[in-house]
Amino acid sequence: MNDVLDVALRLAIVFVVFLVAPLLVGQTEHKVMAHMQGRLGPMYAGGFHGWAQLVADGVKFAQKEDVVPAAADRRVFQLAPAVALLPYLLVLAVIPLGPGDGAVGQVVDAGIFFVLAVMGIGVLGSLMAGWASANKFSLLGGLRTAAQLLSYELPMLLAAASVAMAAGTVSLTGILDAFAWWWLPWQIVGALVFFVAGLAELQRPPFDMPVADSEIIFGAYTEYTGLRFALFLLAEYAGIVILCALTTVLFLGGWHGPFGADGLGWLWTLLKTALLAFVVIWLRVSYPRLREDQLQKLAWTTLVPLALAQIALTGIVKVAIN
Amino acid sequence: MLHTAPPLLASATGDHPGFLSPSGVEIAFLLVGLATLGAAVITVTTRQLVHAALWLVVALGGLAVEYLLLTAEFIAWVQVLIYVGSIVVLLLFGLMLTRAPIGRSPDADSGNRWVALGVALASAAALVWVVVDAFRTTWIDLDGPAQGSTAVTGAFLFRNWVLPFEALSVLLLAALVGAIVLSRKRNTDTSTGKGKSTGPTGRPGPIGTPGKEEQR
Repeated sequence: MNDVLDVALRLAIVFVVFLVAPLLVGQTEHKVMAHMQGRLGPMYAGGFHGWAQLVADGVKFAQKEDVVPAAADRRVFQLAPAVALLPYLLVLAVIPLGPGDGAVGQVVDAGIFFVLAVMGIGVLGSLMAGWASANKFSLLGGLRTAAQLLSYELPMLLAAASVAMAAGTVSLTGILDAFAWWWLPWQIVGALVFFVAGLAELQRPPFDMPVADSEIIFGAYTEYTGLRFALFLLAEYAGIVILCALTTVLFLGGWHGPFGADGLGWLWTLLKTALLAFVVIWLRVSYPRLREDQLQKLAWTTLVPLALAQIALTGIVKVAIN
Repeated sequence: MLHTAPPLLASATGDHPGFLSPSGVEIAFLLVGLATLGAAVITVTTRQLVHAALWLVVALGGLAVEYLLLTAEFIAWVQVLIYVGSIVVLLLFGLMLTRAPIGRSPDADSGNRWVALGVALASAAALVWVVVDAFRTTWIDLDGPAQGSTAVTGAFLFRNWVLPFEALSVLLLAALVGAIVLSRKRNTDTSTGKGKSTGPTGRPGPIGTPGKEEQR
């Protein structure tokens, strides 16, 4: 009975984090973007600096009518937001927050593979949405999503493989146990490749060609309203949390820190994740959108060779120190 | 296929519990297998092209769950990563690029369906026969430690099976190079007409970069 309670408690915590963390990132984005652009951002909802803006947004979304276009493929259209959102929930359960088995939702032996595999499923949601909407802009958005995923998954996998080689394990907790500070300069190229490719998979600016508003309205999500649209937005921000947490765990040492790694390890993980999330927002404000051919070119001519070079470097160093 | 079942049962009456007193995992395995089979049948019988691809996701995902139940965790995740995450996305991409009408497409059928059925049944029979013949006396202890963990799989692959592994790599590399060569040749032959594909529903294709995707 105690085991069941333990599992239930862990899943409940993961679920709460899954609901709260994306909202925090969203609110931060509102405020950070505003201040970077010389605005104030939301100031009224909730009283103190508009902290309840996203709660109010949620209430607004829930009240809206849920419209399904007449020509749409009804079931696929309605299923797509769930397919886009749920993988991130599964991924969040295996990301270790602190040292030991106590600070992770569920230890998975092949953690990296699990995370990357399940994250890849989320894109199916965008594809389903783009096709089922019976709208040519949506279809174009879906196509761009697929093209982007196909080209950026390879460098992402290669960069992750480099860390796995360095640690000699594909388990996320195992990688953190093996981490040492000099991994940071050693794996820095892999980290950059992983983070950039992850941004592209999330379709965040400057890789937001699939939802380019000036060309194809809002890509695959054009026809969505109300709660289903909110679910897609939630998936995007959950994706940011997952990507930043993963980069932290794989490349930045997770709960390792200059001091206090025993008791305050989880704080280091959260701090690094928050810092990376800030960078994601910063990039959105400061970089113009890449064109479709530039997107493909960046993946195939820059990221893939860099990732391969990182793997070669990892192998050489690994053999040298053995 | 049927005549291989009795020996299996016979060998099970020894020191193993057998199929007549199934454990929870075995029942789950059977149920997931039925769901996978159902999804696979729908995949090949549905008249809606994109639905077929989506049912394929269910079938491949079901297979991954079966691997998990057999404690082959690494294989399960690779199955999801490669087949669900990449192959199906590539399939959907190809469908959307050419023709992906919403609703039924009555012309999406082939006169070869009976031949295809025959080939499918023959290959299924051969696979079942080979697997049953090879693993008849091998039993997995589902309650013990995982026997298909990443370390075990890696050791097996690179110690005992490294030659077939490398042969497969060379085969895939050859296919990759061949795909690139083919796409290049086509581009020089037909200098125009690229990016103007219009499906039967009047949906425009993208002006993306064909050939890039074939590299995967």
